[in-house]
Amino acid sequence: MENPEQLIRKGVHHDGLKQGAVKAVLGGMAWGVVVVALLIFGRIFWDGAPVLLKPDFPFVDTSFLTEKTETLHIFDDASGTRHSLPASQYHQWAEKNGSDAVFNETSYSYSGGGIAGPIVGTALLTLLSIVLALFFGVSAAIYLSEYAKDGRFIRLVRLAILNLAGVPSIVFGLFGFAVFVLAAPVFTDVPSDRTLFALPLGFTWLSFQGWNSSLIAGSATLACMILPVIITASEESLKAVPQGFREASLALGATRWHTIRKCVLPFALPGILTSSILSLARAAGETAPIMFTVAVAAKDDFPWQGTTGPLGMLQSQVQALPYHIYTLAARIPTSDYTQRAQYGSVFVFLLMIFLFSAVSITLRNRVRSKLKW
Amino acid sequence: MPAIQVNGVDFCYGDKMVLKDVTLDVPPNQVTAFIGPSGCGKTTLLRCFNRMNDLVPGARVTKGSIIIEGADIADRAIDPVQLRRHVGMVFQKYNPFPRSIYDNVAYGPRTLGEKRKSALDEVVERSLRRAALWDEVKDRLHEVATGLSGGQQQRLCIARTMAVDPEIILMDEPCSALDPIATARVEELILSLRELYTIVIVTHNMQQATRVSDRTAFFYLGEVVEYDTTRKIFDNPAQKRTLDYISGRFG
Repeated sequence: MENPEQLIRKGVHHDGLKQGAVKAVLGGMAWGVVVVALLIFGRIFWDGAPVLLKPDFPFVDTSFLTEKTETLHIFDDASGTRHSLPASQYHQWAEKNGSDAVFNETSYSYSGGGIAGPIVGTALLTLLSIVLALFFGVSAAIYLSEYAKDGRFIRLVRLAILNLAGVPSIVFGLFGFAVFVLAAPVFTDVPSDRTLFALPLGFTWLSFQGWNSSLIAGSATLACMILPVIITASEESLKAVPQGFREASLALGATRWHTIRKCVLPFALPGILTSSILSLARAAGETAPIMFTVAVAAKDDFPWQGTTGPLGMLQSQVQALPYHIYTLAARIPTSDYTQRAQYGSVFVFLLMIFLFSAVSITLRNRVRSKLKW
Repeated sequence: MPAIQVNGVDFCYGDKMVLKDVTLDVPPNQVTAFIGPSGCGKTTLLRCFNRMNDLVPGARVTKGSIIIEGADIADRAIDPVQLRRHVGMVFQKYNPFPRSIYDNVAYGPRTLGEKRKSALDEVVERSLRRAALWDEVKDRLHEVATGLSGGQQQRLCIARTMAVDPEIILMDEPCSALDPIATARVEELILSLRELYTIVIVTHNMQQATRVSDRTAFFYLGEVVEYDTTRKIFDNPAQKRTLDYISGRFG
């Protein structure tokens, strides 16, 4: 067929070079992210995995997960062999062989033993803060989506919640310190000297003296931090439940609360769980809010030891993984002997968050598959 | 004694008046159809009968009364929860809960506090039989209701409404989302239920009104233009506007 003007022809568009360049730059950016992620995870995995995993059965070095953190002692014995032992074993060794047998002794804080304390602390903090945040957050979301009439006040409340989500975590830390650690009310027979205000109730006192640095203060602070995300996402998922379910239930003579409980909340649950997964990782990972409210660098016993009952546990301080990692990174000199604790902690921390997320995603998918419309 | 007495009702959404001085009596154990073009207020009136409009902010009856069982239900002091057990409703879009067929029908009785399994089983079977659905679903009562066909889902919603034993059933365009065969089955069902319940049905489909209803009210711009037996409305309407509408000249 004749095609003298060749309006449609083979070959590259005259702008081809520019098009290709744009594609290359955009693609480069996208792949750059992958490279950075791989570098981060690769390094942590490369150096951290050997701490936790070993080549023979049962493949996991459980001692790193179950032992408490100790100071690591490095020394030569009389024959010049180098030893590196955590504090407890070092003292035994020194007792047995006499302290004369120890040469060139150096010690590294927090580098020996395992990280059982921080693991337990982070698990407790995360769990408790998620429970608190879900309780308060879902209640608020139900009010906002099901009861509140849209008006200026409600718009103000929503704006406040959105803004709360943007507050830096260190500010939450200071807020938690000021409110939960120093000023929250407790029932006590003997109000502390530094109480802000003590209300006599006859049989006991309601004293605004704070919860001290404790598990409950830290969890409450973390809960405040993730509350805005939980409220916003829960409200969205409540709104996504078809209006028809509410109408059908109300038309059958159900009360409003019954309708919410049976016909709205169950179907909003998958969405609420999704939002809490993200919050969970955030609550587990933050360092700033727990610095002033609960975390300690070193602690010899688990939170439930030396306390009475679960309420006593809430009052104890804990170690936490993010704070522990901060301590390892910033407070002790880095050497060949500290790398095990440093990379191992980060590796375990990542695994833990991965595990948390995996469990919640499974849970959500199970709920979601059960409640479909 | 009419099942529902509407006396000079004005109804507003905020400042917008959607019903003007509506007066009509719905007779018991008959099917009454509300017809009229979109936005003429027929659904609004229907939703007044079980106070469903309470959910809409700014919606209220500003004048007149609606008497059901001797009580003025337009009065805000009336407990809508009690009223709705007496006046059931079937919606335009079938809306079974995404639970089992059994749980859907048992929802109402359970809400009323019925826990005995035997009693629930009995209510579920009776309601499904009345809705002509029992034979189709009796072997899969515990399968999820949203797996049924559209027509079956709507009949399930009717069964669910009947499970709380209302006297009056309101139907808001119950067939508008259904195909012709499913529509025919629902219409059959409505006719068979006439002896047991007072039924008010809103419909856009005039053939449907002639097929299922005993009396028809024609609404236009928030007013009742004409209300009479269905035969009279469709064969020999008194008003020209009614004639224009039923002959398809507008609407």
